Order: sequence, then C-alpha cells, then structure tokens
Amino acid sequence: MSEAIYSPRDWSSHPGYIYPSYRSTLLRGPTKPLIHLKQSLSTLTGPVYGHDSVGELDADLTRNGRKNGEPLGERIIVSGRVLDENGRPQPDTLLEIWQANAAGRYVHRTDQHDAPLDPNFLGAGRSVTDKQGRYRFHTVKPGAYPWGNHHNAWRPNHIHFSLFGPSFLTRLVTQMYFPGDPLLELDPIYQAVPASARHRMISQFSIEDTEPEFALGYVFDIVLRGRNQTLMESR
Amino acid sequence: MAKLGQTPSQTVGPYFAYGLTPEQYGYDLGRLADGTVVTASAKGERTRIEGRVLDGEGNPVTDAMIEIWQADGEGRYAHLANPHRPDTTFTGFGRFGTGTDPSNRFIFETVKPASIDGKHAPHINVIVFMRGMLLHAYTRIYFAEESALNEKDPVMQSVPPERRATLLAQRAQSAAEVLYRWDIHMQGEAETVFFDV
Repeated sequence: MSEAIYSPRDWSSHPGYIYPSYRSTLLRGPTKPLIHLKQSLSTLTGPVYGHDSVGELDADLTRNGRKNGEPLGERIIVSGRVLDENGRPQPDTLLEIWQANAAGRYVHRTDQHDAPLDPNFLGAGRSVTDKQGRYRFHTVKPGAYPWGNHHNAWRPNHIHFSLFGPSFLTRLVTQMYFPGDPLLELDPIYQAVPASARHRMISQFSIEDTEPEFALGYVFDIVLRGRNQTLMESR
Repeated sequence: MAKLGQTPSQTVGPYFAYGLTPEQYGYDLGRLADGTVVTASAKGERTRIEGRVLDGEGNPVTDAMIEIWQADGEGRYAHLANPHRPDTTFTGFGRFGTGTDPSNRFIFETVKPASIDGKHAPHINVIVFMRGMLLHAYTRIYFAEESALNEKDPVMQSVPPERRATLLAQRAQSAAEVLYRWDIHMQGEAETVFFDV
C-alpha cells in the first residue's frame, strides 16, 4: 500500500491549529510542521461500530434523558447524509452528538453558565447511518451561551458532531450551526475556518423535513475524506 | 466529477465528556469505548500506558480527549476489511478524557501491539482532541526498548532524528504491571511529532 488511497485533508477546508482570536489555540495548537505519514494499514483501518452499538432511544434526545416529563425547548429534527468527497454515501458510520439544552446550558459539571439545567434533557445521542448514508436525530434547538474568550463572547447555537467514517483517517469532529444566526460572524471558532468552506457547517431549514404539529426540520449533510478517484480509475 | 468539499473540522470544546466519554465522567449514558482496551481473550502482553497532555507553558491540559487505535500482540487490527483480524474480542480502540484523573493523566489498559509485518516497528496510533484545538492531531506511540525495529521503521525514518524521542514511550520499573509513560507536548522544545495522515 505505497500509494495514497484517500485524498488528503483539504487544508483549504479546515482551520489551522493556531487562530489567535480563539485564544486557547495559542498554547495548545502544534507549531512545528506536520510530518507526512504514508497511508498504511494503521490508518486505513479503524474502529468498527455498527447498528448494534446504538440503542433504541440513542438518536432521540427528547426521550433519552427523560426523568419526569418532556424536555423544554423547540423540538427539531436534524437529519442528513454522510457522504465522501466523491458523493458516495457512507453507510454504517457512527455519529455521536452533544449539545447545550434550550437555555444554553450543558449538563457538563464544569459549565458554570447561570442558565437552568433541564432535568429531562441530557443532550447526548448516537446514530449509525443506513445503507444510503442517512441519519436522523430528534432533539431540541440548543441555546446560545456566553464563554470567556473575549468581552461579551457568545457561542452561536450549535450541535457537536463526531464521526468515524470507514478508517482512522476519515475521523471528523465538527459543529453544526443554524441558518441566519447573527452570532456566526462574531464567533472565532466558526470564523477560524476558511471563508469559502464555512457554509458547509450550517444546516438548512427544510419544510419537507418538518413534521406537522411536531417539530421543525433541519438538514445537515457531512462530507468525509474520500478515496482517491484517479488512483481507482488507473487500476 | 467535481468533488464535494470536506466538512470543516471544529474543536470538541470543553464539554465533550457526557457525549463521548460518559461513563468515565459519571454521566448517565453507556460508553462505546473507554480506557480499557484489553479484554480477557486479547492476545499480547498486558500493558498500561499513561501520560499527560502538556500545553505550551508545560501545564497539563485538563480537557483533552485521547483516542488510540492499535493492533494486538500478534500484529492484527480488528477491522472488518482486514483478513488478518484478531479471532478474539479485542477491538483495538480506546478513548480517555484527561478530566477525571487527579493529575490529569490519560490511562489505557491494553496489550502491547506487535509489528504488523515484521518491517514496521510496533506502534499505537493516537488522535488528540481538546478545547482550543480546531483540528484533531495525529501522532503515534512507539516503544523505546524496540530500538532495533524502531531504527528501521519507515515512519521513524521520516522523522528528524532529534525529534524521534517524542514518539517513544518509556517502560517504567514497576513490579506490579507492565507500565509505559508517554507525555504529549503540544508545543515547545520537546513538541511531540504530529503527522499529516
């Protein structure tokens, strides 16, 4: 396996390690040049999590944290497809998500934001894509919340996504944002991504995916690194 | 055909624990993976690997998450597409957050991997995530005492000699267990080698 099976990380799509407006990158991002690693069995393989890895309620965040009632907030349906760069659906791919509740508060113990916790909302879920690469979560729309990066800093509404894809090198952690959010242009985490690629992190409102009398639909497609087509064709 | 653009990476942020490492942190959600990679049937020498993630000022990072992916003690990756996968329950995948140990270590109980082909030195593939890192970083753990294989390893060869030690886990003297220590330095003189995979 001496050739590159997967196309590389596209540096015009991803943020760099140091982005001074996001202050904590300054002491945490690597500063020396990355060393090229030839693709081999070590990176072309990866952990396997299939449909037996997720439970019945794992993709329904409006139910998986219930104690004595429904979570508060605007119910939403987040669905989409996981594709590779060549447009091929990525089946059997694990997605893990986590998010703040409708008031902008995380269950996490270190979150000190003075907004209420919701006893009926955990804010974490999992799903595995079907044969067409599709996934679907029920949740509530996360609230915005303040953070200490700079004076009057607020994170836009977002849901964290973690994906494996077919190998260790297709691993992706990203955040899904909502259309029309005025905080996006003020948010250094969002702005750290090259301008031409930022829109790929924004979900689209969809009336077709909205369920009458139930929940608004947002569509978020995710694109992972794909197999190198020229290589495939030359074989 | 025009390619679709890759979805950009974003930081895991400070609050990943209840989504990605819930049991380790005591949240009410089952785990998919944690620091215990070894299983009863796994082949290989039982091994503990521990270390810290240090920032540019040498302070331990308290909200990092480390993932490891490795072959077993017979050099086999547990991947469906791999015909030489283990015939055991060993998955080879572990995940640990640095927020629960009092000294902010990551701790993996695993087996020491063997060379996959006799040519590559035994190694563990590592991904580092944390608040303040917008893009996850890939690195590797090699084993200091495997000097003969390490010297011939093509990946080690591609690393400038003065930086190779950053990838070496040191076997510690411990009567109770096989223990390796390996710290990850995000910056500075001893900055760990990170790879463009």
